[in-house]
Amino acid sequence: MENLDGLRDEVLASVGAAADLDALEGARISALGRKGRITALMKGLGALAADERRHAGQALNALQAEVVAAIARRKRELGRGELDARLAEERVDVTLPVRPGPSGRIHPISQTVDEVVAIFGEMGFQVAEGPDIEDDWYNFTALNIPPEHPARQEMDTFYLPGAKDGSRLVLRTHTSPVQIRTMQEHAPPLRIIVPGRTYRCDSDATHSPMFHQVEGLLVDESTHFGHLKGCLIEFCRAYFGIEDLPVRFRPSYFPFTEPSAEVDIGCSREAGELKIGRGGDWLEILGCGMVNPKVLENCGVDPARFQGFAFGMGLERIAMLKYGIADLRTFFDSDVRWLKHFGFAALDIPSLVGGLNR
Amino acid sequence: MKFSLSWLGDHLETEAGVDEIATRLTMLGLEVDSVETRAQGLEDFTVARVIEARKHPNADRLKLCLLETKDGEAEVVCGAPNARAGLKGVFAAPGSFIPGLGAKLKRAKIRGVESAGMLLSELEMGLGEEHGGIVELPADAPIGAPVVDVMGLDDPVFDLEITPNRGDCLGVRGIARDLAAAGLGTLKPLVIEAVPGAYESPIGVHLEFDPADSQACPHFVGRHIRGLVNRESPDWLKDRLLAVGLRPISALVDITNFLTLGYGRPLHAFDADRVAGDLRVRLAKSGERFEALGGRTYELDGEMTVICDDHGADALGGIMGGERTGCTDATTNVFLESAFFDPVRTAATGRKLNLTSDARYRFERGIDPAFQVNGVELATRLVLELCGGEPSALVIAGGAPDSGREIAFAPERVATLGGIDVPVAEAERILTALGFVVGAADGALAVTVPSWRNDIVGEACLVEEVVRVFGYDRVPAVPVRCASALPEPALSPDQARRATARRALAAQGLIEAVTLSFTSSKHAEMFASVPESLRLVNPISAELDVMRPSILPNLIAAFVRNANRGFPDAALFEVGPQYAGARPADQATVAAGIRAGSAHARSWARPPRGVDAFDAKDDALAVFAAVGIATSRVRIEAKAPDYYHPGRSGVLRLEGGEAAPVLATFGEIHPAVLSAMDARGPAAGFEVYLDSLPGSADRAASAPPELSPFQPVARDFAFVVDADVAAAAVLAAVRGAEASLIAEVQLFDVFSGGGLGAGKKSLAVGVVLQPKDRTLTDTEIETVAEKIIARVGKKTGGVLRT
Repeated sequence: MENLDGLRDEVLASVGAAADLDALEGARISALGRKGRITALMKGLGALAADERRHAGQALNALQAEVVAAIARRKRELGRGELDARLAEERVDVTLPVRPGPSGRIHPISQTVDEVVAIFGEMGFQVAEGPDIEDDWYNFTALNIPPEHPARQEMDTFYLPGAKDGSRLVLRTHTSPVQIRTMQEHAPPLRIIVPGRTYRCDSDATHSPMFHQVEGLLVDESTHFGHLKGCLIEFCRAYFGIEDLPVRFRPSYFPFTEPSAEVDIGCSREAGELKIGRGGDWLEILGCGMVNPKVLENCGVDPARFQGFAFGMGLERIAMLKYGIADLRTFFDSDVRWLKHFGFAALDIPSLVGGLNR
Repeated sequence: MKFSLSWLGDHLETEAGVDEIATRLTMLGLEVDSVETRAQGLEDFTVARVIEARKHPNADRLKLCLLETKDGEAEVVCGAPNARAGLKGVFAAPGSFIPGLGAKLKRAKIRGVESAGMLLSELEMGLGEEHGGIVELPADAPIGAPVVDVMGLDDPVFDLEITPNRGDCLGVRGIARDLAAAGLGTLKPLVIEAVPGAYESPIGVHLEFDPADSQACPHFVGRHIRGLVNRESPDWLKDRLLAVGLRPISALVDITNFLTLGYGRPLHAFDADRVAGDLRVRLAKSGERFEALGGRTYELDGEMTVICDDHGADALGGIMGGERTGCTDATTNVFLESAFFDPVRTAATGRKLNLTSDARYRFERGIDPAFQVNGVELATRLVLELCGGEPSALVIAGGAPDSGREIAFAPERVATLGGIDVPVAEAERILTALGFVVGAADGALAVTVPSWRNDIVGEACLVEEVVRVFGYDRVPAVPVRCASALPEPALSPDQARRATARRALAAQGLIEAVTLSFTSSKHAEMFASVPESLRLVNPISAELDVMRPSILPNLIAAFVRNANRGFPDAALFEVGPQYAGARPADQATVAAGIRAGSAHARSWARPPRGVDAFDAKDDALAVFAAVGIATSRVRIEAKAPDYYHPGRSGVLRLEGGEAAPVLATFGEIHPAVLSAMDARGPAAGFEVYLDSLPGSADRAASAPPELSPFQPVARDFAFVVDADVAAAAVLAAVRGAEASLIAEVQLFDVFSGGGLGAGKKSLAVGVVLQPKDRTLTDTEIETVAEKIIARVGKKTGGVLRT
């Protein structure tokens, strides 16, 4: 038994030298097989004296365990090598482009509507709608714009052939008629916003015969001009994502509001580049005012009890300012290069929780 | 509305600078468009005198002018017809910048002769559009003096955008009044002294209206002035007019313009010697003709107000005087007219005749109805001062219309409506400064509106006046509060569904377009008949003359535009309105899309494929899935509208009888439609009628899946059926064979030809059986398979392929 160290070295060397699984199996059989060298020694233990047998048995058991572990280790090594070889053969060029998948876009106007709704939605406004084809009572008269009023003449209205009852049909020149429809159907308190298509008979570099507006209306018993300011200042700052955006209210005139204001936001115009924010200059973005008592009356709402504000703004205009779009007409041209560049991903759904500005 | 600083100074005593005035005007609601010092960029130009003008040797229309300039003599080439010896003009030396040309003047040879500078026209100076010739400066202008001084160009000119309610600010005095109320100076008193008449006017005035029309012209004040000389106006008057872009003509004409712009009071001056008989103010006779100043003749109708003499119409009330009786340089006797014309009638008349004028602009916005007499008195003084002569007594017909409205005003409304506490004394001060008369009446104030403020009709108007002058910027911003911290959803279920459809289609790989609600009738008619009620009376062009009956033609046109730009593969959609008629209920919201060219981008990983009907069907069903409509509730029929390929299109209906509504259409677009729209196909489209989709209440609530622990079993079948049997019928037959076990049915192959024989096709169907309470035995599986085969045979005539 004195030669166990030599045997150990020989067996471990043959395990370590096995170049593949077959050679390793050969090495295992020659050491641990039925006629293996360690097996033979184990079999010889019975011939030894009890004391010697116990001692030799322990040594052989230890050797056997060591060899089994060495074989297992070598087996893992050899297996990994073969897998490595296979994986090396399976290599692909990962710089190949991926399979083309869907790459749809959301139009910037839709995205802008979603942004505006997200903001006003937080303030408790709900979206209301009305038809694009209106009669002139809803589009003008009910809004305190009588037939020969200069404001009506300035609107470049599209006309459709008259209805049977003699009233003239028009394409709505603003989203304001939805104020009237809403107040006729629902009693105050009311908070609505109305995004929608509007039409003016005008087409040049800065005018499109169709464009979009969003109208807002809040009517209750106590809302005053200060609330109008608060509401729109918060809107402008949230929409443009500029916390200290200067917002200015300037007296103006709309037949359907009294008092009326136009709202300017701060900007700078350095080297011909318009930038929204602090900058000493002003840019007009919307019109607003307290609902004219006559408009309330026209809708059957008691002006002695109820009051509120209304506002309206051009959606293309605020989208152009926010997203750096230069030409109004490109919105409706459906040029796929433009749509891909200015469009938004399907899952890019605006919310105040997720933040409106990326 | 333009005015110069010095003109404002006639009415307002102020220390304020130009910038302060401009800012204040804007914050008063009188928006300043621009403030221009006309001198800017013109400082280098000097007065020069033409010593001699002779013909250019090489050009008939050009002249050589020898000039006396501040630097001695210079010879310049000039093409102006009025260049002549003795004229004093505006000299630009070589190297100076010419604003009207946008370029620097170079020393250059013109037709072989060197020009050492240039004599400028107003156009070249950037002052006006007149290009009749070079500027002619006064004869006494010193040679070499800066022309900005000689021409009075250093007076800043304000250009204001006056809103339609502020007719009173279409005169310099009204603007001065607003500024004074805002604390920017003191309004100078307007002193009007009646000029005594020396004789009775030989021309009388008669208002000849039916009582119903008497408001057309309720008040006419006139005056005859005889023995005057209509000479050129003095510089102060010419400067006022030139500064605002009006050409001085003669003292009489200039005085009427001065009153129009200074006081918002349009006047007309008739040459009294050319007026035959008295003046009569009446509605025109239908077809009556009127020759306006400038020589254009208009045909009038019975709704228009005219002033006429024995020969006919001499003036169109509130709009324009007539050529026949207008003043000329030779006028020696004049008849001044200062009348009130109905704003609505004036506006309608001007619009019908497409005739604009400074007078109409003011009348239709409402002039001060109490200023007729004042207007004549102011004008009389100026005529006497500038032209001499002797005035008659006033001729007055009718009376000034009522204008003294009184409004009850609760001063606390400034806080409850305007959102700011303005002390009552300050509110009273503001109103008084604006010309209101404030008195007390039972707790509230009784406020009398000044005659010139026709826009003030109620308490809210007074609140606006007080807050506007006090300052909108001083109103504290207050957040709007919700009744509860969490708002209700902003979108109704229908609106939310549209938003979902839009996002789902973008997720399908379609790009959202927003096209116009109009289309051309030529394209529209291929998709639906367009009722008369949807044809625009005044379309912007023939290409956009009707409201669209479908979104598809616009998307196809968009696809063609992109193809023409070199992008022939289209994948576009739109969610928007289409119109079946002019009533609100005729407008429907539709999600429509078009795909054309290749179904996907060229790739190493995928063979190319053209778009087909199944791409469009997939898009339509994606909308259904997104808004929660189970496909099991939908029936597909091959009965799409005519604009689709008759064999490659279908409609999706709700399960139910023939009356079940069409929810969507899809298919390849008919080749004839594509070719009529110059589109190169194939192209496939779809339309989902979002408004017709069943509401959420109807939506079948699908049962949750039973999570069975037992192994599902899959079996494949291939059925041979007649070629015209619908795959859906086979699939339905399979599904119905053992509904409690069949969890999934997939059609994974369609084959025809080979040994099947003509008129046959083979459909390969995979079926998954999901047992719920135990593992299926082979016998049980066989039984189900036999049921499936039998049912397909019974329902469709299909037999198992062997």
